[in-house]
Amino acid sequence: MADLSLAKTSAPTAHGPSLLSMLWRDKLAFISAVVLLIIVLFALLGPTLLGELAGDQNLRGRNFPPFSFDRGWAFFLGGDSLGRPMLARLVVAAHSTMLIAAGTVVAALTIGAGLGLVAGYMGKNTSQVIMRLADVIMSFPSLLIAVVVLYVLGPSIPNMILVLAITRIPIYLRTTRAEVLEVRERMFVQAATVMGASHARIILRHILPVVAPTLVTIATLDFAFVMLAESSLSFLGIGVQPPDITWGLMVAQGRPYLNTAWWLAFWPGLMIVITALSLNLLSNWMRIALDPAQRWRLEARKTKNV
Amino acid sequence: MTKMIGQRAIASLLSLLGLMILVFFLSRLTGDPAVLFLPIDATEEMKQQFRALHGLDLPLIEQFGRYVLDLLQLDFGESLRKARPAIDVVLEAYAWTLPLALITMGLVVTSAIILGSLAAFNVGGFFDRLVSIVSLIGASAPDFWIAIVAIVVFSIGLGWVPTSGVGTPMHWVLPIAVLFIRPFGLVVQVVRGSMISALGAPYVKTARAKGVKNLPLIFVHTLRNGMLPVITVIGDQAAALLNGAVIVETIFGFPGVGKLMIDSILQRDFNVVLAAIMVTAVAIFIMNILIDLAYGLLDPRIRN
Amino acid sequence: MSEPLLTVKNLSVDFHTARGTVNAVKNVSWSVGRGETLAILGESGSGKSVSANAVMNLLDIPPAEIVSGEIFYEGEDLLKVSYEKHRALNGKKIAMIFQDPLGHLNPVYTVGWQIIEMMTAHGRPADMARARALELVTRVGIPEPEKAMHKYPHQFSGGQRQRLMIAMALMLKPDILIADEPTTALDVTIQAEVLALLKELQAETGMALVLITHDLGVVAEIADRVVVMNKGEIVEEGVTRDVYHNAQHPYTRKLIDAAPGKGEIKLLDKAAPLLLDAKKLCKTYGKFAALKDVSLTLARGQSLAVVGESGSGKSTLARTLLRLEEADSGEALWKGRDLITMGRSELLGVRRQIQMVFQDPTQSLNPRMSVYQLIAEGWDIHKLMPDRSKRRARVIELLEQVGLSPEHVDRYPHQFSGGQRQRIAIARALALEPELIICDEAVSALDVSIQAQVIALLDGLRQRLGISFLFIAHDLGVVRDFADTVIVMKSGEIVEYGPTAQIFDAPQQPYTQRLLAANLDPDPDVQAQRRAALIHA
Repeated sequence: MADLSLAKTSAPTAHGPSLLSMLWRDKLAFISAVVLLIIVLFALLGPTLLGELAGDQNLRGRNFPPFSFDRGWAFFLGGDSLGRPMLARLVVAAHSTMLIAAGTVVAALTIGAGLGLVAGYMGKNTSQVIMRLADVIMSFPSLLIAVVVLYVLGPSIPNMILVLAITRIPIYLRTTRAEVLEVRERMFVQAATVMGASHARIILRHILPVVAPTLVTIATLDFAFVMLAESSLSFLGIGVQPPDITWGLMVAQGRPYLNTAWWLAFWPGLMIVITALSLNLLSNWMRIALDPAQRWRLEARKTKNV
Repeated sequence: MTKMIGQRAIASLLSLLGLMILVFFLSRLTGDPAVLFLPIDATEEMKQQFRALHGLDLPLIEQFGRYVLDLLQLDFGESLRKARPAIDVVLEAYAWTLPLALITMGLVVTSAIILGSLAAFNVGGFFDRLVSIVSLIGASAPDFWIAIVAIVVFSIGLGWVPTSGVGTPMHWVLPIAVLFIRPFGLVVQVVRGSMISALGAPYVKTARAKGVKNLPLIFVHTLRNGMLPVITVIGDQAAALLNGAVIVETIFGFPGVGKLMIDSILQRDFNVVLAAIMVTAVAIFIMNILIDLAYGLLDPRIRN
Repeated sequence: MSEPLLTVKNLSVDFHTARGTVNAVKNVSWSVGRGETLAILGESGSGKSVSANAVMNLLDIPPAEIVSGEIFYEGEDLLKVSYEKHRALNGKKIAMIFQDPLGHLNPVYTVGWQIIEMMTAHGRPADMARARALELVTRVGIPEPEKAMHKYPHQFSGGQRQRLMIAMALMLKPDILIADEPTTALDVTIQAEVLALLKELQAETGMALVLITHDLGVVAEIADRVVVMNKGEIVEEGVTRDVYHNAQHPYTRKLIDAAPGKGEIKLLDKAAPLLLDAKKLCKTYGKFAALKDVSLTLARGQSLAVVGESGSGKSTLARTLLRLEEADSGEALWKGRDLITMGRSELLGVRRQIQMVFQDPTQSLNPRMSVYQLIAEGWDIHKLMPDRSKRRARVIELLEQVGLSPEHVDRYPHQFSGGQRQRIAIARALALEPELIICDEAVSALDVSIQAQVIALLDGLRQRLGISFLFIAHDLGVVRDFADTVIVMKSGEIVEYGPTAQIFDAPQQPYTQRLLAANLDPDPDVQAQRRAALIHA
């Protein structure tokens, strides 16, 4: 069937349609991307625009029920136990939630992928040392370590990023190393060796670009995981401390009021679910879109629809 | 095989040692148990006595040395909180966590394999989409939130099951249901992906050319091959459950090892924390061996 | 010809791929009778397997769609019978074997279990199935059949695996056996044995055999009749000998002409200066000796072929000379300097002069680099052609030199066919103006007609640019056309080494003779003569 594919490839552009138009064609992934974009905007602008409103305590608005515009749009999702508007607080909480998750993922990705490239490409001894280290981290009960470390160091956002990043490094390390071990044996790497390419060139030009899409895909998925881990820690009371807020902390703060005001715990949890679900969907889409061998599946739908 | 188990045992022992040192010294930094365990108006003299009684007045390094020496005689020390051997307290908690983990993983594995395989056989169809969406939502939901929502709906709202504690089988329903959701979502996705690629394998074509019926085609020819990547994920999820479902156990007041660990850390009951970590490490070690055995059982190519 | 057993009539199948609808086969008709062998001959993408897959109900619908046609077996149209009824026919009345027996046998079950299942799946008792399986495993020539039943597919050799597939297919004494490229992945000597086995079993059972292949030699050896397919259509059909000697359709003629191994044998130019002089190269992996005292010489503008079956060490030789593997001992003098002990910086200079073309261009071209980036990379590495504006012009020049067009320059490898990709790989090798190109099975993955074009291209480069070639191959016909000196290797050792004419016309060693005898000639008459000679001997 190899020849069949050739017949249709004389498309005018060499790269095919842009990633954006491919995203448009997968509706679920597109909606996910839009949702994530909005949440990122919340995270960036929320504290500046709504910070004051979200901290405005008002005993008359205590546990104000949702779905009513009587107290203005900010109270549409209800008020919390101190009479602060839920909607504004949800938007502001996006800031710390995203900051911790993004910081963790970037740190873990950089360190893990760097070590993974070295472990995969270099000889057996270097690799062994790095991998055993990863095994040790992996075998630690991560939540427990986080609890102990945060208990000692004190719960702050940088400490949380540190603790969470350490527990996530092995994921990137293992994936990168496994991919590098496979890619390294591929013929095009040998072809580059035969041409005289240096180690740095082979790693950066030939191996990293092949591994990168997998890493981006995993990082997206991991972002959701880290967010859940952070909210668990905050829920247990050893994560983010007031006056900082994250969605996980909001769920914890709402827990005593389950009987009387369900919305205190419900909305922030829903935000976590929506964000994590969007990340999962986007990650699934990326798995296909970033792989040139599979990308045509997404490209082609256009020709069929037109 | 024995060589591999030996290597693993050494690696596990090393990481356990590292973990023990880390936790031992870090936990000593969290504060003075004497302050926590004695009444606020206790005199300094009483505090001194308390520390001397539990060996907490010695230099840290000597405390550690004594601890290791005792440990070599399988003495894990006393629980400050319960005034009983720490190991007894931990094993008691494990008697709750182990069935919880086993029942949950059993349900996860069975349902994920059946649903994931059928979805893979019917790629792109309605059932496949349904399974995909449900599993994605399951993998995206934080367990503490599901627990809270479940309590609001099923305990407070409908009154079907008790909110917390243990005693009747009904007490197990919500913890298991909540613990089930995330691993189920993750494992289903892996089963589905792995089965899709296994169903595309040439040996499936051979089986169809032989006239093998659909059910044995999926569950005999393909599943055993498709399970190989799934096993790893099942192992990771099972390990997480053996570590104790900290949050779910806390919310439902379930006296398992996760709740025990959190309580012990917060109350500076160091011996219990360390004993719990070591028992967990042994449990995870045994499980990893089982996973490796399962690999060998499923795939003859990696037996030697 | 006897009464047709199976008849395919006006079958048209479309594939609805994401890139649009492709007519995989159009109005294909053929039939096969009891005891007869029909070959379906075609290159990749010709749709030669589609009708057989339709017979077995193995097409995935969708993306495939059967647009029209009928498939008659025992008076019934197989395209209209129920799924359950068709399933009951599969394996029992019509069985199928495939190209890659390692992939097509289930890796996690014993071969005995898989063979027995052929009968138990059709409701026969297990003990009866076990007895029959043992009988057949013995019949197809597997040593220690009792033990073999309890082994797994990976514990057998390629040829044995195909024999086991055949045993499995014959369990229920089917009326028809469809064999899809059954010997393509096998060494020539093994291929000859498997084809002979198929023929014997056909004579014993009287089954019809439908053989799908791309190889004219296989057709010549085994088929009574042949249908030739091109782009989804049957372009020619008839008795094998008639089709070979009197082909009507231009495509068939092109295919026959492209078959390698018919031209004049080249004569060696002895005056050329020596380029490479390897002495006593040795390489072992653990206890396995991959190279044992291999010595060779290569002069400027010469082409030296290394032939051998899998495991003969021919690829290790190439890899050792390129320092992709380190030799254990021996030397390889490149213009007087030893490649084996050369330091890094000196080696970098030599890497420019020696280039390599790999077997599978799909894998040897980085999928994320454009054609321009692929070809220009060598200049970056060796700091050549600093003037970037000239680079593009030179890339286009190289593309034209290998028969591609300038508009290909910004495309990516997956947008090309296999033959075009190999041309890109050759252009990449040429970019550094090498003196030696090592080709490791560089044409084995290509269709015959493409293969002939690539060989002609390489030969042109040799003559025009004076490039030397070290040509690793298993296909003797290709070697005969291209090389002027031949080395025959077996188990890491050189069996015979001499000018092409001598190796082909007067082979001295028994192994070389066996290799040549097992090599199938596309001419049915030649094959018939060889068989007759074999029976006499």
